[in-house]
Amino acid sequence: MSAGGRDALPRARLDLLPLVLVPLLALAALPLVGSGSSWVTLTVAGLAMGMIIFIIASGLTLVFGLMDVLNFGHGVFIALGAYVATSVLAPMAGLTESPSMATNLVAVFAAMIVAMAVAGAVGVAFERLIVRPVYGQHLKQILITMGGMIIGEELIKAIWGPQQIPLPLPQGLRGSWLLGDAAIEKYRAIAVAVGAIVFVAMLWVLARTKVGLLIRAGVQDREMVESLGYRVRRLFVGVFVAGSALAGLGGVMWGLYQQNLVPQMGAQVNVLIFIVIIIGGLGSAGGCFVGALLVGLMANYTGFLAPKVALFSNILLMVLVLLWRPQGLYPVARR
Amino acid sequence: MNAAHAPAGGLARDAAEPLLRLSGVHTHIGAYHILHGVDLDVPAGRTTLLLGRNGAGKTTALRTVMGLWRASAGSVRFQGRELVGSDTPAVAQQGIAYVPESMGIFADLTVGENMLLAARGARDESAIDAERLRWVFDLFPAMRKFWNHPAGLLSGGQKQMLAVSRAIVEPRKLILVDEPSKGLAPSIIQNMLSAFRELKASGVTMLLVEQNFNFARQLGDTVAVMDDGRVVHRGAMAELAQDESLQQRLLGLSLGAHQ
Repeated sequence: MSAGGRDALPRARLDLLPLVLVPLLALAALPLVGSGSSWVTLTVAGLAMGMIIFIIASGLTLVFGLMDVLNFGHGVFIALGAYVATSVLAPMAGLTESPSMATNLVAVFAAMIVAMAVAGAVGVAFERLIVRPVYGQHLKQILITMGGMIIGEELIKAIWGPQQIPLPLPQGLRGSWLLGDAAIEKYRAIAVAVGAIVFVAMLWVLARTKVGLLIRAGVQDREMVESLGYRVRRLFVGVFVAGSALAGLGGVMWGLYQQNLVPQMGAQVNVLIFIVIIIGGLGSAGGCFVGALLVGLMANYTGFLAPKVALFSNILLMVLVLLWRPQGLYPVARR
Repeated sequence: MNAAHAPAGGLARDAAEPLLRLSGVHTHIGAYHILHGVDLDVPAGRTTLLLGRNGAGKTTALRTVMGLWRASAGSVRFQGRELVGSDTPAVAQQGIAYVPESMGIFADLTVGENMLLAARGARDESAIDAERLRWVFDLFPAMRKFWNHPAGLLSGGQKQMLAVSRAIVEPRKLILVDEPSKGLAPSIIQNMLSAFRELKASGVTMLLVEQNFNFARQLGDTVAVMDDGRVVHRGAMAELAQDESLQQRLLGLSLGAHQ
């Protein structure tokens, strides 16, 4: 079934330009940062942060793309994942205090799996009770999902207490590897690896499976997918739950990254993830990935160069991207 | 299955209930009352043309059958079963294919991926019924040629071909097509016409909405004309095609002027 022939259509070019922005931003920061070793450390930190934000935001962008649902309560799954991790890791002190990285990772993976399961299960209830009654009504979605997040935060306070609690990195994940004279924190390298695995798995599902095909088609034209005989709502619930579980996973990683948890952490990350999915193009998983890396890098470079403008810098990034591509880096073709 | 040479044997079923029957269907869209009691029969094995001026309610009638708009009163019976109240996926699963006026092509997906979605039974492209696919490729060779290309890059005519190909990639009992000739160049309309003739010969039941009477009269067995949310005329296409004053009255056109 090759599509050769003289009068064939122009081949769709893979739009790599937005992807090039990532190394471009990193290179632009090099002369500003000055020292090569600091630059390597900041870049790895930025990529790690970007990967974690991607894991958190990927579900949100597909949820919006599929059903036009604006879920401002997504952040609560981040906090939930992180708090669940504290409860899972506490009784496993034997594993986390061991100096062996492999033993530590067993404990961390166990925490990740439990956090994903809990966040996914809460996602089922959140979709059923809070999101489903307000399909198609954006204002109500914004209000009620924000309300859901406040309730979630209060429940977290009721269960785990209102005070800041520590989520220390297991012993063997602390410290750095030295690459020349640049220090690369072990945990950041692991976060980059986990993020890359999630990204590749997501791309595989979206590109190679029929469910993924249905998601991509549903983001473009929900009505037509239903006219072909598929239940987009069922698909949406699946994506919502998977997205919540991924936010839970991202929450564990974010918590270990910060090493301290407050019940409001979801709301704090919310701003970043909305910037990311707008930069990426609402509904686009690939755009979300590039957007998250840009935001992660930007936050770390400006955090080092001019800490006072760190959050502003990401809003500036969003403005610049939207001036260039008003629909985001990878606009989704919609009806 | 060999659709091209296996008429479904629907021609003898005229006396029984038609495959699709709309009775007294009312549809509201928001505050607007669009369909005012539509009565329409689509006999099995035949091609029925739904004609009428812009805004007469033709598209709304198709969308109501599909459950995309909900009928506020009346009944839509398919094979004797009530469709009103079923959601769109359930309607489609009864064996009804729908090609909307917008064609509903997934622009970011390849032609092959578009076809795979329409083939509900297939898990991947290699699982699409090969004989059926060959038949589709014979009707629309461009589909084979551009199989791996994003559908968004196809020309308007090719998109329409893809939309129709999706509707027939698996056997369906009824095919609804909203304006198959809309916006197509004359030579493409000829292609489309011969493809629909071939489809007709396969015995599939079709309900087509058309504005182009010249296209419609070459395909229709029976015809229904809508005006202001009602069916105001029904009968054999041959009769309407011969009666210019009736055309003038119902459609506000003279065929002579259209050619």
